Amino acid sequence: MTATAKAASAPPIAEAEPAAKAEASAKPNIGARVLCQALEREGVEVIFGYPGGAVIPLYDVLPEFGINHVLVRHEQGAGHAADGYARATGRVGVCLATSGPGATNLVTPIATAMLDSIPLVAITGQVPQAVIGSDAFQEIDITGITLPITKHNFLVRRVEDIGPTVQKAFHLASTGRPGPVLIDIPKDVLLAKGELAPLRPIELAGYKPTYTPHRRQIKLAAQELRNARRPVILAGHGIILSGAMDALRELAERAQIPVGLTLLGIGGFPQAHRLCLGMVGMHGFAHANRAIHEADFVLGVGMRFDDRVTGKLSEFAPNARIVHIDIDPAELGKNVPTVVPIVGDARQGLQMLAAEIEPLEHDEWLAEIDEWRRVPPYRLSRPSRTLQPQYVMERLHHLTAGNAIVTTDVGQHQMWAAQFYRCDTPRNWISSGGLGTMGFGVPAALGAALGRPGEDVWAVVGDGGVQMTLFEFATIVQQRCRVKTAIINNGYLGMVRQWQQFFHDSNYSETLISGPDFVMLGTAYGMASRRVERREEVDEAIRWAQAIDGPALIEFVVGQEENVFPMIPSGASFKDLIEEGV
Amino acid sequence: MPTRSHTLVVQVEDHPGVLNRVMSLFRQRGFNVDSVAVGHAEAPGISRMTFVISGDDKIVEQVTKQLYKLLEVIKVNDVTGENTIQRELALIKVNANDRTRADIMRIATDIFRARFVDASPDSLTLEVTGPSDKIESLLTMIRPYGIKEVARTGLVAMTRGGGTGTLSIVRDAVA
Ligand SMILES: Cc1ncc(C[n+]2csc(CCOP(=O)(O)OP(=O)(O)O)c2C)c(N)n1
Ligand SMILES: [Mg+2]
Repeated sequence: MTATAKAASAPPIAEAEPAAKAEASAKPNIGARVLCQALEREGVEVIFGYPGGAVIPLYDVLPEFGINHVLVRHEQGAGHAADGYARATGRVGVCLATSGPGATNLVTPIATAMLDSIPLVAITGQVPQAVIGSDAFQEIDITGITLPITKHNFLVRRVEDIGPTVQKAFHLASTGRPGPVLIDIPKDVLLAKGELAPLRPIELAGYKPTYTPHRRQIKLAAQELRNARRPVILAGHGIILSGAMDALRELAERAQIPVGLTLLGIGGFPQAHRLCLGMVGMHGFAHANRAIHEADFVLGVGMRFDDRVTGKLSEFAPNARIVHIDIDPAELGKNVPTVVPIVGDARQGLQMLAAEIEPLEHDEWLAEIDEWRRVPPYRLSRPSRTLQPQYVMERLHHLTAGNAIVTTDVGQHQMWAAQFYRCDTPRNWISSGGLGTMGFGVPAALGAALGRPGEDVWAVVGDGGVQMTLFEFATIVQQRCRVKTAIINNGYLGMVRQWQQFFHDSNYSETLISGPDFVMLGTAYGMASRRVERREEVDEAIRWAQAIDGPALIEFVVGQEENVFPMIPSGASFKDLIEEGV
Repeated sequence: MPTRSHTLVVQVEDHPGVLNRVMSLFRQRGFNVDSVAVGHAEAPGISRMTFVISGDDKIVEQVTKQLYKLLEVIKVNDVTGENTIQRELALIKVNANDRTRADIMRIATDIFRARFVDASPDSLTLEVTGPSDKIESLLTMIRPYGIKEVARTGLVAMTRGGGTGTLSIVRDAVA
């Protein structure tokens, strides 16, 4: 996905809206129009935004263009929706806010996108340049604030810079290791007369991402792999970002290497595949973490050995020689020592490695892992008087045939969804991993639904987190999105409660949380809504929601003190893994 | 890994806010900066920043890689321990009277080749250039006389010989 490809697929402006275009050209061209033209040139179809003083000129001209503006209810919703759109489609998500509070409301979604390497372009209005620095009304230094949470940011000072800046922003957001880019535009620049500069080759002296790995490093990696008896691949988000699913499968099958997935790697490798270990890390499957613990070779690809994956670094994969492929050189050797660091795109790296290596067998190792796997990660048959959230996730997987897009919030339900909604499809699993942002699930579902209309999006959210951004139900209803919200209501900030139970003597300080009557609330927003309290109702309710051509809400009232198993406590190692029943 | 002092020469595009970006990166990632010197380089539009940072080799490698992630950063050279010229300039105002003036002048000029740039009945101001440790030594020697004020520029560095410096870590090379 390059800027040129997007530009080529964009509708020619003159043909798309002839009437509007003619009208637009009759008026003097100003920065606001130049901005819209530049966005159209990048192929932007949808913008999630919210107006305000500094961006009124932009809203004044926006209707002239073939860009669908989705009015959210809070700028945080705009940011997460643009993020969900980007994750679901692979295109750059765009959000827009006014200066001051509008801009600061984007901080959490921008940070969320930064930590998860999401291509996002955030556009903010700014006070006129004449008053910048005077603490003017709604003036805030948003480029200063977002310095550490953007891949790059721009303050546009002249109307002629708008076109080149937009071009650079989309290029930066979507190439190399993707990430959010912010463009701050003072109001006087939006009002200044000017024209869109023609596309020019992008010249960024300090930005040249390396896509093709070094041959010599690939050869060294192949040699390490040949020497291995107990190899494991750890596949992350980079698989999905670079479209490396086939390449990963090719290498895994050819060299018979089991594949563990990070939380954001889910969708990068079929979970029912014999070589798939499923999710690894803090709430990963025991057999998957054990495989890493016993491995003599680990190939990390498109992932960053985050602490939620490794636990205690000194005890992570203690017997393994680690080979690491990542497009960001700064990730190599950052957390774990590697014997072969490889800078490059995950897809190309895997393809080159697969071409370099002859077919290998690891029958003994795979049989050993299968033996560990026989202990099921969770016993759904366990008697329970209350509804089990794990069961809900499993039924959702079954009844959607695993084909729905699933967004999650953050907490226990997120981990149950990861474990039991065994997503197999890239870009169908949408979850805030790095930042762990509660409030992400509902607006991300809105964005995903707009990016892939006609497909069902299930927003799996907790009763706590949903209350952080549920105002976007109004947007979902207004847009008639096929977003089905599944609230997993355990009456607690469950993940924190679980930590309190295990590590703080069950001192449930401030984690019991109440909510509204979610069915009445959903109904008030105009959504078909219902409550499910018993196991027998689960299938029927899911089918009911699927049959509705539009949004729906189901509140699943589940056991209050269900826990996520297995669990490796923070900063601990595989040896400290807590299984169910403890 | 042992902690030692590293001198990094960083060439950046001379855009507004670029020093802020670089310093923000150091702060955010907890890298310790002992000295900074910034000025124009040989080419127009390019600034040269010289940082002295302390840390083990792994930290310096991480600093270098993170610096490269900043768009404006063009080149990072770790010139530590290489064949480099390292210079800092200091202005030092020291107490002086008829009894001590001659001694101070002797120490400063004979040993440290400092220049006197100002004098008053009760003080002397001297200017000295050299590697940072030379300036440290001078300060140690004249401290007993009573130092009133010190202004140091921070270290700048350049490799010896005809080359323009070697890249210790190239963007697309392996770490
Ligand atoms: C914005 C934000 N604030 C706080 C947290 C810390 N946190 C992580 S999980 C969690 C509990 C979430 O509760 P709920 O949404 O009900 O989900 P559950 O764990 O019960 O499934 C909290 C408070 C967070 N991740 N994000
Ligand atoms: Mg809860």
